[in-house]
Amino acid sequence: MQIDYIGSLPLIVIWLALGAIGIVIQAFVRDNTRLVFGYYVATLGLTGLAAIVLSGHKGASFGGMITLGGYANYFDALFCGAGIMALLAARPYLQKEESEVDEFYTMLVSSVAGMMLMAHASNLVVLFVGIELMSISFYVMAGFFRTSTKSVEAALKYFLLGCFATGFLVYGMSLIYGGTGSLAYGDIARTVVTQQLTYPTLFVVGTTLLVIGLSFKIAAFPFHQWAPDVYEGAPTAVTAFMSTAGKAAAFSAFVAVFVALLPAGWTSEIAQNQQIVIAVIAAATMLLGNITAVVQSNVKRMLAYSSVAHAGYMLMGILAGPSLGTDGMNGHHAIVFYATSYLFMQMGAFVVVGILERRDGGFLNIDDYAGLHHRHPVLAALMAVFMFSLAGIPPFAGFFGKYMLFAAAIERGFTWLAIVGVVSSVISAWFYLGLIVKMYFQDAKDSGHEAPAGLAGFTLAVSVVGVVFFGLFPQLLINIFRSW
Amino acid sequence: MELQPLLFLVFALGAVISAVSTVTRKNPVSSAMSLVAHFFMLAGLYLTLEAQFVAAVQVLVYAGAIMVLVVFVIMLLNLGNEQALTENRGLRSTLATLIGAVFAVQIILVTVAEPTGANALPSRAVEIGTTESIGQSLFTQYLFPFEAISLLLLAALIGSVVLAKRHMK
Repeated sequence: MQIDYIGSLPLIVIWLALGAIGIVIQAFVRDNTRLVFGYYVATLGLTGLAAIVLSGHKGASFGGMITLGGYANYFDALFCGAGIMALLAARPYLQKEESEVDEFYTMLVSSVAGMMLMAHASNLVVLFVGIELMSISFYVMAGFFRTSTKSVEAALKYFLLGCFATGFLVYGMSLIYGGTGSLAYGDIARTVVTQQLTYPTLFVVGTTLLVIGLSFKIAAFPFHQWAPDVYEGAPTAVTAFMSTAGKAAAFSAFVAVFVALLPAGWTSEIAQNQQIVIAVIAAATMLLGNITAVVQSNVKRMLAYSSVAHAGYMLMGILAGPSLGTDGMNGHHAIVFYATSYLFMQMGAFVVVGILERRDGGFLNIDDYAGLHHRHPVLAALMAVFMFSLAGIPPFAGFFGKYMLFAAAIERGFTWLAIVGVVSSVISAWFYLGLIVKMYFQDAKDSGHEAPAGLAGFTLAVSVVGVVFFGLFPQLLINIFRSW
Repeated sequence: MELQPLLFLVFALGAVISAVSTVTRKNPVSSAMSLVAHFFMLAGLYLTLEAQFVAAVQVLVYAGAIMVLVVFVIMLLNLGNEQALTENRGLRSTLATLIGAVFAVQIILVTVAEPTGANALPSRAVEIGTTESIGQSLFTQYLFPFEAISLLLLAALIGSVVLAKRHMK
């Protein structure tokens, strides 16, 4: 078996840092959260750096279990960057809540390790282990405020429904194995292309179950029920991370799996039915997420429903698939671009919410944000930028992401879906811009409170730079995508 | 006379009957005991599929360790009030029955429409299920996921300690 140690370096670095060195440090250096925090920031920085340096180093490793370079390394860097941003935002938040424990940082980094596995996987077994590693870390992080009923409820709900989703996932994988005789993406694609499926029915049922399992992870309709409760109940710093990086990871796996399951795009006979199902899921997710978000009074809940809607937008890219010609809009590239810009804008929005949140869990209602720009002009301005970007208003990154997704869908003949997308975007403008109107054009009810940003200010700076920069120069990212 | 289909029939019937008995028993202890029987039937099914190692692990882990936990929980919680546990036959259970029926029909369709290839089993099937061959593939072909699972277990371990510890500091 061939092992490409150099190419696998990002994974090896984070595994060693987490499983060997980090544990020893935490065992011997007690109650030194600052050291552990710094250590894990450095770990993620080093891992991300290795991923960027080695992005041209393509190939497979560990007997074809993982792919290296290009796509996977891009996501490595994205997850590590998101992890650093989340760590920086989490430290002041946890200190404010007086529950800073160094194991929190361990769980966050182990979830990043899981996401990296998902992006690198070229075998369903590796994908499964990655999804579980990420999810288990998320369950624990969601319930990190053990004395808060909401946090515990969120963790339990997430855990139970997550286990349910895992059941679908594994059952789907086993049926795909039964239908094709292999778990490796490459072998599955080859079997499908040459139409040598032993049992086509098993394959179709397996694919459906796999799609259901992954839909749970991206919180798409009708498997989104957990998202609002979990995102609201979990500590805000955790929500900021799992609603962005977690979703990006699930989509990285979604894309890779679909390249394997439908190697000929949507042209094959098997694919036709799946296509309609996914189109309906995407349309329902967009509409339902945005319409429900309109009536929310809690900011975290509103953002949770909007994150459901954004999963619907990204599903359009799955439908469009890779481009037909060289000039065409590539649906998968559109997803990666959208996931990147979504990460910056959604994380920024949640971090602002986390900074403003009071120790007693107050200041989470949308009405609390009235007149915010008098008391916290910088935070209000940043929140406005994130809201504009989430609503898809140029020149921010959210606009180009949406444009690419809609264009890709239209190119593949899904004009009706693009129309649904535009309509739901208009609906979403209602609550995104509504928050801005509240912050700038309404009077404050109370005198307000201090909200120091601390290290989270760095996260906000990176988020706002990302949202503006990729909005102005989307071509920079697209050129990277084209090199894969 | 083929022995395998006969054995399959015995174990499969036993598995279904014990599974139904698990969910219909009113007494939690007899329900747990039905589950033990179910696990043994599954182990038998694995044996007929030439998966000796999985069968042994099934008995050791599920019928042994996990069932001890279940029985302990029943004992500690002292589930005396059986009335509280009985579920009313509402919309939910009807829906569940319907979905279950769909799955059952699906299984029948799959097996009837496409004759199961009994010849699909490779000739050296008996060796595939041994501990030795499983160990070999774990440390060669599946080395990467095998190592990755160690990290998964570590994360689960740390997580459960974090959530269950009495005092955080």
